[in-house]
Amino acid sequence: MTEQPGSSAAGDGGWEPVIGLEVHCELRTETKLFCGCRNAFGDEPNTNVCPVCLGLPGSLPVLNAMAVDYAMRIGTALHCEIRPSLFHRKNYFYPDMPKDYQISQFDEPINVNGWLELPDGSRVGVERAHMEEDTGKTTHVGGGGRIHDAQHSLVDYNRAGVPLVEIVSRPDIRSSLQARLYAAELRGILIATGASDGRMEEGSMRVDANVSVRRPNDELGTRCEIKNLNSLRSLVRAIEYEISRQVDVLESGGTVLQQTRHWDENEGQTVALRSKEEAFDYRYFPEPDLVRVVPDTTWQSEVAAAVGPMPADRREKLAALLGPDGATAAKADQIATVVENGLDVLMTKAVHAGIGAPLALARTANEASAEPDRARALDTAAYTALLRMEQDGSLSATQAKVVLADLLDRGGDPAALARDHGFEALGADSLSGVIDELIAAHPNEWTRYVDGDDKLTGFFTGQAMKATQQKANGKAVAAELRRRRG
Amino acid sequence: MTDAKLTREDAAYVARLARIDLTEDELDLYAGQLAVVLEHAAQVAALDTTGVEPTAHPLPLQNVLRADEPRPSLDRDEVLAQAPAVEDHRFLVPRIMGDVP
Repeated sequence: MTEQPGSSAAGDGGWEPVIGLEVHCELRTETKLFCGCRNAFGDEPNTNVCPVCLGLPGSLPVLNAMAVDYAMRIGTALHCEIRPSLFHRKNYFYPDMPKDYQISQFDEPINVNGWLELPDGSRVGVERAHMEEDTGKTTHVGGGGRIHDAQHSLVDYNRAGVPLVEIVSRPDIRSSLQARLYAAELRGILIATGASDGRMEEGSMRVDANVSVRRPNDELGTRCEIKNLNSLRSLVRAIEYEISRQVDVLESGGTVLQQTRHWDENEGQTVALRSKEEAFDYRYFPEPDLVRVVPDTTWQSEVAAAVGPMPADRREKLAALLGPDGATAAKADQIATVVENGLDVLMTKAVHAGIGAPLALARTANEASAEPDRARALDTAAYTALLRMEQDGSLSATQAKVVLADLLDRGGDPAALARDHGFEALGADSLSGVIDELIAAHPNEWTRYVDGDDKLTGFFTGQAMKATQQKANGKAVAAELRRRRG
Repeated sequence: MTDAKLTREDAAYVARLARIDLTEDELDLYAGQLAVVLEHAAQVAALDTTGVEPTAHPLPLQNVLRADEPRPSLDRDEVLAQAPAVEDHRFLVPRIMGDVP
């Protein structure tokens, strides 16, 4: 493998981490994968169930066409080869799976051999992205919700049978930071395809990490699979903990055991789950109640057309609006935030309506991105009108932020909202009077300013803000100061 | 399992995977019967199938799909009436030993 921007110079005493991620994402279909029950998060328990997803005898699965469509969109966005595919039964006993098998794609997945390019320029291979059904949701009662101490468990089958795509990366990731970039970029892509809402907190995107360490260029080390990573922050912390744990084991002469480990967010460590007496034997065999899925070229090209622009292209477009400035690290971060929150349309419309790109970027990446759901629903005309008030000086930056908070909160006309706050632009006459007073009150500072100490501009602007309860416009104050200095 | 004869241990392993509790006598009986079945199937495995596509389904069908349209689910009371135990509108199951596979 060639050295890439995302790869770490083998840190940690010459050990190189090798990481692969398995990401499960729930598809945004109306119904489940094999039956017409609703696919909805947060409904009353066991209200979206039927003989198929409860595994009742005699029921038969029928594949949801939209789920196949979404799976192909994901494959297309990840540059996969889309192939004829087949479902298998993966047999195991666990109460979250009422049929005692999960229908999943095994050796003939729909998407294979793709890749994902990260914002840092590194590329991570995608081995496969296959379809399968989700399990029910189990709640452990007693013992503080921990499985081993629980007295009994309760099962809600609303989630059983919800369509999933599992995206398996190649072990190309070399640091926790790169893992985070991968997960974040993948999330953006999933949302952009329309296939998933990518909400980690609701479990619609779930990440497992396979972590091992080795000496550079050695064979792969023994890996551990880490589960229960519910946020990007947990992903980074868990990988870092696991790398140093494995390095400690190896450096003290021990052997890393192949294990599934659970990330404990409160303790900040990974814990081995009950050791397995034997490897799981899932006795995979082809699902006899389903036939092969063979998407023809027409269907594939329809899917390719339905896949929207990817985050990387969208970032590039926004950067172009900013000119050479768009390439700086600070601006690139803000641009990434805007795209991640799906606010590029909002920003672009403002710029096309005459708002300066740096101002539009700042407000969209900061204030608007703090409330992304509301910002996406924002009236673009009102947003642009507000930014114009800031741009032409009738509102100060501080005032514009206050009005924007209102606009996000309840919408409305920005001019009226500004008036409600008493944010009337200070007339030139009263501003002039305020500055007269400031010069009288701070003669030494004024002399230094007149002598060319421009740092005093900030001082006088601050004083003017204070004297006018933030009604003065910073730019207007600075202009008036310059005018008087001559 | 085409070349080696099915052992008693194999039969016990398969029974455990399927959560079937067999007595020692039953294990002897079924191990013998399963071995005969597998020997029979081994005749098929002996055929030269070079260049023959594996059969995934006996019917010459593909792309059997349905539109993504909701259909009514079952009545919850009726569903939960089938459960051995219920709490909080959910199926109550015994304490689970071991982890999600």
